[in-house]
Amino acid sequence: MIPERFINASVIAGLLAVPLWALMADEIFTITLTTRAVILALAAVGLNIALGMGGLVSFGHAVFFGIGGYAMGILAFHAQTFAPLELGPLTIEGTKSMPVIWLVATVASALTALVIGLLSLRTTGVHFIMITLAFGQLFFYFTISWSAYGGEDGLSIYVRNSFPDLNTLVPIQFLGLCFAALCLALLLQWRLRNSAFGLALNAARQTPQRVETVGLNPMRLKLLAFVISGAITGLAGALFADLNRFVSPTMFSWQLSGELIILIIIGGVGRLMGPVIGAAIFVTLEHWLGGLTDFWHIWLGVILLVIVLFGRGGVIGLLTGKEGPHV
Amino acid sequence: MSAILIVEQVLNGLQFGIMLFLMAAGLTLIFGVMGLINLAHGSLYMVGAFAAAWVAGATGSFLLALAAALAAAAAAGALVEMLVIRRLYKAAHLDQVLATFALILIFSEGTRYVFGSFPLFLDIPDCLSGPVTLPGGIQYPLYRLVLIGAGILVALGLWWLTTRTRVGIQIRAGENDREMIAALGINITRLYTLVFAIGAALAGLAGALVGAIQSVQVGMGEPVLILAFVVIVIGGIGSIRGAFIGALLVGLTDTLGGIFLPELFKLFMEGGAATQTGSALAAMAVYILMGFVLIWRPSGLFGSRA
Repeated sequence: MIPERFINASVIAGLLAVPLWALMADEIFTITLTTRAVILALAAVGLNIALGMGGLVSFGHAVFFGIGGYAMGILAFHAQTFAPLELGPLTIEGTKSMPVIWLVATVASALTALVIGLLSLRTTGVHFIMITLAFGQLFFYFTISWSAYGGEDGLSIYVRNSFPDLNTLVPIQFLGLCFAALCLALLLQWRLRNSAFGLALNAARQTPQRVETVGLNPMRLKLLAFVISGAITGLAGALFADLNRFVSPTMFSWQLSGELIILIIIGGVGRLMGPVIGAAIFVTLEHWLGGLTDFWHIWLGVILLVIVLFGRGGVIGLLTGKEGPHV
Repeated sequence: MSAILIVEQVLNGLQFGIMLFLMAAGLTLIFGVMGLINLAHGSLYMVGAFAAAWVAGATGSFLLALAAALAAAAAAGALVEMLVIRRLYKAAHLDQVLATFALILIFSEGTRYVFGSFPLFLDIPDCLSGPVTLPGGIQYPLYRLVLIGAGILVALGLWWLTTRTRVGIQIRAGENDREMIAALGINITRLYTLVFAIGAALAGLAGALVGAIQSVQVGMGEPVLILAFVVIVIGGIGSIRGAFIGALLVGLTDTLGGIFLPELFKLFMEGGAATQTGSALAAMAVYILMGFVLIWRPSGLFGSRA
């Protein structure tokens, strides 16, 4: 059986090799596909902190993805129309600067995660799944009826936002940014996992009572994990919006929340590289099966069923021969 | 804003709530008895609607269409239970969510493969179409009244089934202690398939009945499914009575909110902004209601287990 460390290294190597090959062969489309996979992986890394480490089956992570997307959409919209955002006495200028947009996206997602977490963590199990799902719908319907920013049609941003000293319009440079963000998120998760917080969180997932008896508050641990998780997924949302130069209520859809969970399941729950492998496989399937048949979702469904019923532990579980943490 | 409008909207809300109940009853029954969270319930709703539309198109009979909807949804439910769901009863909720999510993908795309992407239409039968005049001179579509009546009948039937029949006693016993009733010689596997098929048939019936006032299309089940989840979270998971009260609350909130909230905001805001704020708030009203219920009672109005 292959050690997990070796798999992790080859995934990173693969993520570097594919765009380099694409750059040599001048395959711009492959670079865009890779960027998509990297961004989805980033969103799923965020979810994996709540789901894999905290055992929180959030079926509403599209909320944070969407908030990140709309943070980018709203700021860039006000910049491209040169009309500042008037919020009562407050006047906010729009911006096209990525670092500012990212900051706003992560902070807004983290704050939303704090509120949603405070409410949802009052419950566990099925209730938690359904409540997070309902929060997703709340945001979905809100953006549909919010006509100031396009309502159901969404918002188009004509030029990709800028990053100091880089030309983000060049696909490989934008991919580089997304890849760096993914690596930072993975590093953060790795550090978290071995920190006191990560160990306590791991214990809180397995036996909350024990954590409580040693004087820690399992609810607060889970809330913090949920907030960090939401912030990372929010950042992914901002990047995803910049990749497509478009935001719409579908970024809040419950199907997207489901797909983020699927990415983790395909790769392996609670594994560091699970979301990355999942996203790579998902985007490849989407592109390859989607090219073969209009009905590729049937096959996605079948693959998912097989993984859930027979292949416990996803791809990494299969390769390492170990099931991985239980949720 | 007249009394007539209010009565009409209350009836619309009731009708919507009753149809939500048909979905929520099956979901909550399946969760209560088997501990399974079934996302594919919306697909069974869709199966019922498509079966009805197809049979109605072929034979022209609405009654046959309803029978077909019940049969097709129950059969699909039983089949899925035997092939997939059965393996999930002991699994973690995450696995249940994913496997039933996979079933949604398979059902939706499979239906699109067979029937195409264009919506089908199911007509209201002639004898039930047109308006009736209610006391007070209010004109209201007869079919919607029939839906309310049919839903209440089903609710009564379900109450009778669970409290007054042998199968109902077995179902309630299964909720409490599956090993014990298995030890008493009840075939628990068959009981579970039966419960799942009953839940599926209710969803299929709802799909066919609603299909006659909306279009029958792929993806029609999921918005209803999510509202049905809200209903059972409000009512308390596992409680049929909770599902009934929750469904009426959600149906009325959704329908009345959409009409009255924009009007309410017009009292102290200018027209355009009021309509926008009101309709945005109305779109979220159901979920806000759920939030308040959860703050007040985390396990729902009639829930016993958290």
